[in-house]
Formats: sequence, structure tokens, C-alpha cells
Amino acid sequence: MLPVALSHYLVVAALLLVLGVFGIFLNRKNVIIMLMSVELILLAANLNLVAFSAVLQDLVGQVFVMFTLTVAAAEAAIGLAIVVIYFRNRGSIQVEDVNLMKG
Amino acid sequence: MIAALAFYVFAGILLLSAAMVVSARNPVHSVLFLILAFFNAAGLFLLAGAEFLAMILVIVYVGAVAVLFLFVVMMLDIDFAELRGGFQRYLPVGLAVGLVLLIELGIVLGGWKLAPDAAALRFAPNLAGAHNTAQLGRLIYTDYILLFQAAGLVLLVAMIGAIVLTLRERHSALRQDITAQQSRSVRQTMELIDMPIGAGIGGSGTTGIRRPAAPAPAPAAAPAHADHGGH
Repeated sequence: MLPVALSHYLVVAALLLVLGVFGIFLNRKNVIIMLMSVELILLAANLNLVAFSAVLQDLVGQVFVMFTLTVAAAEAAIGLAIVVIYFRNRGSIQVEDVNLMKG
Repeated sequence: MIAALAFYVFAGILLLSAAMVVSARNPVHSVLFLILAFFNAAGLFLLAGAEFLAMILVIVYVGAVAVLFLFVVMMLDIDFAELRGGFQRYLPVGLAVGLVLLIELGIVLGGWKLAPDAAALRFAPNLAGAHNTAQLGRLIYTDYILLFQAAGLVLLVAMIGAIVLTLRERHSALRQDITAQQSRSVRQTMELIDMPIGAGIGGSGTTGIRRPAAPAPAPAAAPAHADHGGH
């Protein structure tokens, strides 16, 4: 069982998610911090899943968190690889410069 | 009581470090605060009874993902002062979106309650007395084995993708070309010359070494990787 009420966990997760979204908007130029903000958002989702899993005494939530962690790790690896190769080609990681594919 | 206190400490540090992640001036500090946030989230997981996930979070996230971020931040030679340029410009829209999202989440949280028959709808109820890791392992390797394998495939694809994206073959690197070595004939490496007694070979410099006239130069230094293709 949770040491505090479920709503405390949900409030913390909601604030974490809002901070992640805020970070994506705030750091429009730095792709790496945007990726970190995505990690924060995923962490907020994981926190919700774990909290509900503990309240309902159902382990499926924790299984789901494991798969979320897997996908988040894969996403971070691919995203950072794209950042590295983009920096190698253009010498910058500014998001506003990424308009090569614009017609 | 102590557990509740620990919850508030972990949650407070988690939110503070998350705020520092998105607002720190130096991206290296951002990554370090991200590591702190992951540690405190692991503490929250631990308080909720998800011991295995807490350890996974520390090992996988702090040990692998955050260090990967740290490597990339330190490897790229970026002018960080320039990257902070639009900070003031994007602050209002970021605050507005964040506020709207927070209000929406607050509305959802305010009107939310657990369904009365939620306990009957559980897929895998917690067994009393069984260890969290053992229960999770039994669940993953039986009911969720296909998803588990699919997660492994996701990681495999991510690994191959990252390697394919960042692999760069250097032309200056010396590498062995087995085909060129095996298809070499004796005629290309050695030449037998009938020498009259007392006469020199003549020709190639002072060393007296005469190279064969084959297109490939000396066999030891044959850089036969020009025909690799697809560099």
C-alpha cells in the first residue's frame, strides 16, 4: 500500500508532466534538453502507473512500466544518435535550423 | 509516518530537480539534475512497493540513459550561450501551455474516483507474502512472454539503428581485405630472375631490391580496400 493517499502521487506526477511539457517549450533550441524533457514526461507516466498498481494491488501496472522503460531507453538512444549525426553534418543542434526537408 | 515524510522529501526533490533540468543554463547541469530526479523517482517507486522497478530505474536510467546523455552533451562542441537565446521569447508560451495543462489535469483529478468493481477487474492481483521481484518475474515470463520478446526486439532495433546512424568508416583506417589476400598469385609477389654470376640487378636504387611489376605494390603494405564500395 501507499504511505500517503493516491492523490499525492497523482499530483506529483501531474506536476512532473507539466514540467516536462514546459521544458519542451522553454528549450526550443536545444534538442538534448528537449529529449530530457521527454524522459521527464515518461517518468511522470511511470509514476502514475506504479501508484495505481500499488493502490489496486495489481502487478500489471508494473509490467507496463517495464515496457515503458524499454521503449524510453530505445527512444533516447535513437534520438541521441540522430542528434550526433545532425551535429556532425551541420555543426549545430538548433531545432530552428532543422528545415532541410521543408519543400 | 516516516514513510509519509520520506514521500514528501522524495517528491519535493524530484520536482525541484525536474525544474532545474528544464531551466539550468548548462546542459551538463541539466543531465546531473536529471540523474537526481531519477534517484528520487526510484525512491517514490520504492515507497509504492515496486522494488524491482526502483532498482531498474537506478541501473538502467542512471547507469545507462543519463550517462548516454552526459556523453553526448560533453562530446558535442556546442555554443551553449547561443542555445539559450530564445529563453525569454518562449517563456510566456511555455508558461501558458503548462498552466492550461495543469488546470486540465487538476479538473481531471478533482472529478476522479475509483470504479466500485475495480478490484474485481484486476489481471494479476498481488499475492500476499510473495516477493515483488519474484511475482513480476513469474508474470513476465508466463503471461507477458510475447510482450517481453517484443521489448527485446525493440531494443535490438534501437541498437542497430543507433549503430547504422552513427557508423562512420574512415578511409585512413587500415583494414584487412581477405579476398585480396587470398586471390593474390605467386607471380604478383615474387619474381625469379636468372642472374649471371658477378653481375648486379641494377635499376632500383641502392638497396638492390627489385619489386615485381604487378599492379599491387609490396604485399605487406597492400592497401587493397579501395574496392570496398559503399563507403
